[in-house]
Amino acid sequence: MKIKWPGNSITGTLASFKHGVHPNESKELTDHRQIERMPFSDHFILHLSQHTGVPSIPVVKEGQKVRRGELIAKPGGFVSVGLHTPVDGTVTAIDLFDHPKGQMSPAIKIKTDPFSPQISRQPPVPSPEQLPLNTFIELVQRAGIVGMGGAAFPSHVKFSVPEGKECKVMMLNGCECEPYLTCDHRVMVEYSQELLDGTSILQHFIGAEAIYIAIEANKPDAIHILDQACQVSELPIEVVPLKVKYPQGAEKMMISAILGDEIPAGKLPLDVGTMVSNVGTIVALSQYFRKSLPLVERVITVSGTAVRRPSNLLVPIGTSMREVVDYCGGLTDELARILLGGPMMGVVQKSLEVPVLKGTSGILALSHDEVSDFDTYTCIRCGRCLDACPLFLNPARLGLLARKSLWDEMEDNHVLDCFECAACSFVCPSGIPLVQSFRVGKAMVREKKARMASEKG
Amino acid sequence: MSILIAILTLGGLTFLLALMLVIANRKLYVYEDPRIDEVEDMLPHANCGACGYPGCRPFAEALVSGDVLPGKCTVSSEEGREAIAHYLGVSVGAEEKIVARLACAGGTNVAKNRAQYEGLGTCRAASLISGGGKGCFWGCLGHGDCEVVCDFDAITMNQHSLPVVDEALCTACGDCVEVCPKDLFSLQPVNHRLWVACKNLEAGDGVLEDCEVACTACAKCAMDAPGNLITMMHNLPVVDYSENHQTQVPIQRCPTGAIVWLDESGEVVKGKESKKIVRKGERRIGYT
Repeated sequence: MKIKWPGNSITGTLASFKHGVHPNESKELTDHRQIERMPFSDHFILHLSQHTGVPSIPVVKEGQKVRRGELIAKPGGFVSVGLHTPVDGTVTAIDLFDHPKGQMSPAIKIKTDPFSPQISRQPPVPSPEQLPLNTFIELVQRAGIVGMGGAAFPSHVKFSVPEGKECKVMMLNGCECEPYLTCDHRVMVEYSQELLDGTSILQHFIGAEAIYIAIEANKPDAIHILDQACQVSELPIEVVPLKVKYPQGAEKMMISAILGDEIPAGKLPLDVGTMVSNVGTIVALSQYFRKSLPLVERVITVSGTAVRRPSNLLVPIGTSMREVVDYCGGLTDELARILLGGPMMGVVQKSLEVPVLKGTSGILALSHDEVSDFDTYTCIRCGRCLDACPLFLNPARLGLLARKSLWDEMEDNHVLDCFECAACSFVCPSGIPLVQSFRVGKAMVREKKARMASEKG
Repeated sequence: MSILIAILTLGGLTFLLALMLVIANRKLYVYEDPRIDEVEDMLPHANCGACGYPGCRPFAEALVSGDVLPGKCTVSSEEGREAIAHYLGVSVGAEEKIVARLACAGGTNVAKNRAQYEGLGTCRAASLISGGGKGCFWGCLGHGDCEVVCDFDAITMNQHSLPVVDEALCTACGDCVEVCPKDLFSLQPVNHRLWVACKNLEAGDGVLEDCEVACTACAKCAMDAPGNLITMMHNLPVVDYSENHQTQVPIQRCPTGAIVWLDESGEVVKGKESKKIVRKGERRIGYT
């Protein structure tokens, strides 16, 4: 396929979805910075709930010596994964520690051995080409691999295609539509061989007819490198540059951009014969099967103008955010707000004394120039949120319903389909906290459903 | 002549239809106890559901059929319940009064906020963003969802942004229990006066940094309490109300005042050795 970059992404000759917004990208702070390996810190706090689903179950005791890459918590169910220590060291506590979500949750604390090596001395993993499918799925679960895009959904669940469904198209998500974040961008540039290797491992089991690497057109170097690598590859793989628009990286939006298919409400990409994986996940897959290194470290972006040296770092999971920020030169006095994840969907943090999780894609320290607080006015029915919503919901109506606490009516207006991309809040001229009220609404609807289910059964 | 035909036709029709109504009234008649309407009128029409029935009408039906005693209605006044009991010729049924109790004492004067929360002014919304701004994850966020949801004005937020339940007005309908995102409210018989006003699961004096009245899990109350009245579970004292709990002994040595005695006058009695809280204003971020 001919790359259309640097062509005319503004006039819309590149594939994209309908609606969406154009926030300021601000990726120039870090997009040219090579990934640095962050040194081990003295302590690591590994939360048992790193991912969506059931928390892991510890298999180590206090005082036990562990080695880098060793399993310290086994999966607690099917929708759960293993957890491994990123360093050689001693388990000092299994207790409650601060979780980035705000609650105290059980975690394993490990004191680092000063002579901890970087390489994994774990026994080699069998070559995936010789494995049956169910062993492969089991190994992926044990390796602790989760979606690295942010939601941290266990990958083996995604990879196990249910009976009667078929994956025809596999997509690798390198869109990274969130402003500031550049971790996927750097991974594609610097780990392109691992990315293609991981794809071939997955392709061996999935057998898709076509593989697309979706990249937003603002990453020309990644498009160029991967396109060259794809041309010599034996896989049916192709790089697809997409229009720069938010939320291009949401899987539903990506599928509608590339295939023109819309996923029905409440259905998964597999229902239209596609599977979407983040590029970081695929690299982790390759590293586990080729270098027998389970998911113990990940690339995160530390950015924002309030951090002295914005960087892309390869951080061992469980490192305290404070240490990560200090490694990047610390914070300036301009600091207004700290976000975990991107500025659109990320969560504000009240403390830096929380560890990096498997799903952490970035730490943003925003200065007063980058943050603006709005006063909230009433809805003037301008309809901008309707033009922004990529799912064609009616955010203005949902916002009014949320204000009146009409949760049932919100459900009738499909609030559960909202994936909280915050495009509506971004464009609202009245500064109404729309997405925040939808989060409340979704929580209330889910709670009510759970209550009704427990009353029934 | 034609007028006569019209009168006869319509008259006959009227007679026929009236006959049908009479037959329907006789054949399809459902007897309903007239007392149900009377009793329903005597009930407060709050439809709060505190009695366990979907509303006042079903409760009135249950009263008349004798399934339940009037004392179950916690919203009616004493006279109202007696009037119903007198009308039906049954006893009032000494129902133990149940009230909502808050398991947190961390007002703004003792509990520290780690962050200033701005956004939708409800506890629900605040708790979804990194657990709210409060230092203690388990503590009351103080945005007053419970005050809004209470239909009986029994909950008011005090000057330290902590809800206070008026025992006289509370009907134990359970709306506040449902709405609180931190699950701090529970329905308790009013004579459960020995009360653990903390839900912090951490142990040690480190918790005092976030809240001065938090339970440090020192277990002095469990040691002092007679018999097995108090046991420590998950770093919190748990009162076994099936034992004799009308004693103020366990609260006396509590260093922080996390276990208290709720006086009948609405006063909160703390132990003799509990640290006195003198601060009236807000405990600020970074201030210890």
